[in-house]
Amino acid sequence: MDVLLQQFFNVDIMGKALPLVLQGLKTTLLICLIVIPMGLVGGVLVALASRSPVRALRITVTLLVDLMRALPPLVVLILVYSGLPFLGLRISPLTAVVIAFFLNNAAYYGEIIRAGIESVPAGQWEASRSTGLRTDQAFVWVILPQGLRNVLPDLVSNTVEVVKLTSLASVVSLQEMLYSADMARSLTFNASPIVLAALIYFALLWPAVRLVSRLEHAAAR
Amino acid sequence: MDRFLDSFLNAKLIAATWPAILSGLLVTVEIAALVVVTGLLLGLALALLRWRAGRWFTWPLMLFVDLFRAVPPLVLVLLIFFGLPNVGIELSSFAVLWLVLSLVLAAFAEEIVWAGLIAVKRGQREAARSTGLTETQALLHVVLPQALRLAVAPLTNRTIAITKNTALGTVIGVPEIINQATTAVSFSGNATPLLMGAFAYLLLFIPVIGLGRLIESRFAWRRQ
Repeated sequence: MDVLLQQFFNVDIMGKALPLVLQGLKTTLLICLIVIPMGLVGGVLVALASRSPVRALRITVTLLVDLMRALPPLVVLILVYSGLPFLGLRISPLTAVVIAFFLNNAAYYGEIIRAGIESVPAGQWEASRSTGLRTDQAFVWVILPQGLRNVLPDLVSNTVEVVKLTSLASVVSLQEMLYSADMARSLTFNASPIVLAALIYFALLWPAVRLVSRLEHAAAR
Repeated sequence: MDRFLDSFLNAKLIAATWPAILSGLLVTVEIAALVVVTGLLLGLALALLRWRAGRWFTWPLMLFVDLFRAVPPLVLVLLIFFGLPNVGIELSSFAVLWLVLSLVLAAFAEEIVWAGLIAVKRGQREAARSTGLTETQALLHVVLPQALRLAVAPLTNRTIAITKNTALGTVIGVPEIINQATTAVSFSGNATPLLMGAFAYLLLFIPVIGLGRLIESRFAWRRQ
């Protein structure tokens, strides 16, 4: 029992690792601030494109979305990070993470947002058009807000997944929280810094995870 | 164009690398199948136990479920892989990946099945009990079948997402697809193995996604 505590909950080592881990947390939050808004905007574009009257656009977007559904995010990240240099493009780990996550998140948010838009009754389109709004105005001010509200549990749940995905950035040696914690682990030969990072992830995401459960249970009743 | 083909679709490298990618594919299939079976069974068992047990079981269970839903799987993989040997437990990287992904899938599955169970109206259980079924019979023959139909859609999506996480194994050296591919890239200085690896994932997961859609359209009840 004592060995277990020493190995996983060593307060001394956690204290020493804390500044490094918090430094990593800043980068994790920075990645989130970049990739979540980009993913949402990309998702709206994907949703619009998958409902476009232009057949070629629809097919292209559907293919891209299915590609992203079939490829693990880590594989997309490694493809971007290790593949692009062979095209003569040298990119930083952060750029690779942003590109890979944009592709992945736009596809997943896109599927959710499309379902949301389709859940808004056609009468809403007609009513808002007849008040004199243009199509784009009707979409932005009437359809999209209702559509997003209808799929709120899925949006929150996917955003939790996106935050968790940022830990993959450690694989391309971007110094986010997991990378920092693992560095501290290899310096101290003790797993406590990773437990510390796990606790911070938990503190960060637990309210959202609870919220998703409540929203889903409410929808089920 | 020639240079592009040479570094992304090099015929000689394809010939030399495909056995490695294939062996990676088999490892991925093996772990994925194991994770699906243990994860789903454990999740189902936990949800059923929660139906019968009191708070002494529910509170620790919710802590486990929330922990494994909130903490990134890669964090858990590294934690178990590097932590356990220091307390005298030696697990292979394969076993660590299997264990972690099974627990993550079990946590999500428990929550999804539980949501289905409580969505099936209380009256269903009471009606079943009043026909003379025992509590366990009512749960297994009346409530659970309906709950599972509600759970099918979210459950297949989640299962597919977690099976894709087998790629995380590369970080701890499980010789699955992307691990084989990146090894071949570093030996050859050529991106062809990467594309082969991506192709192997498509080969594996496009049918899985199709199967998921089939299961959904066959068994799922949509929530109104």
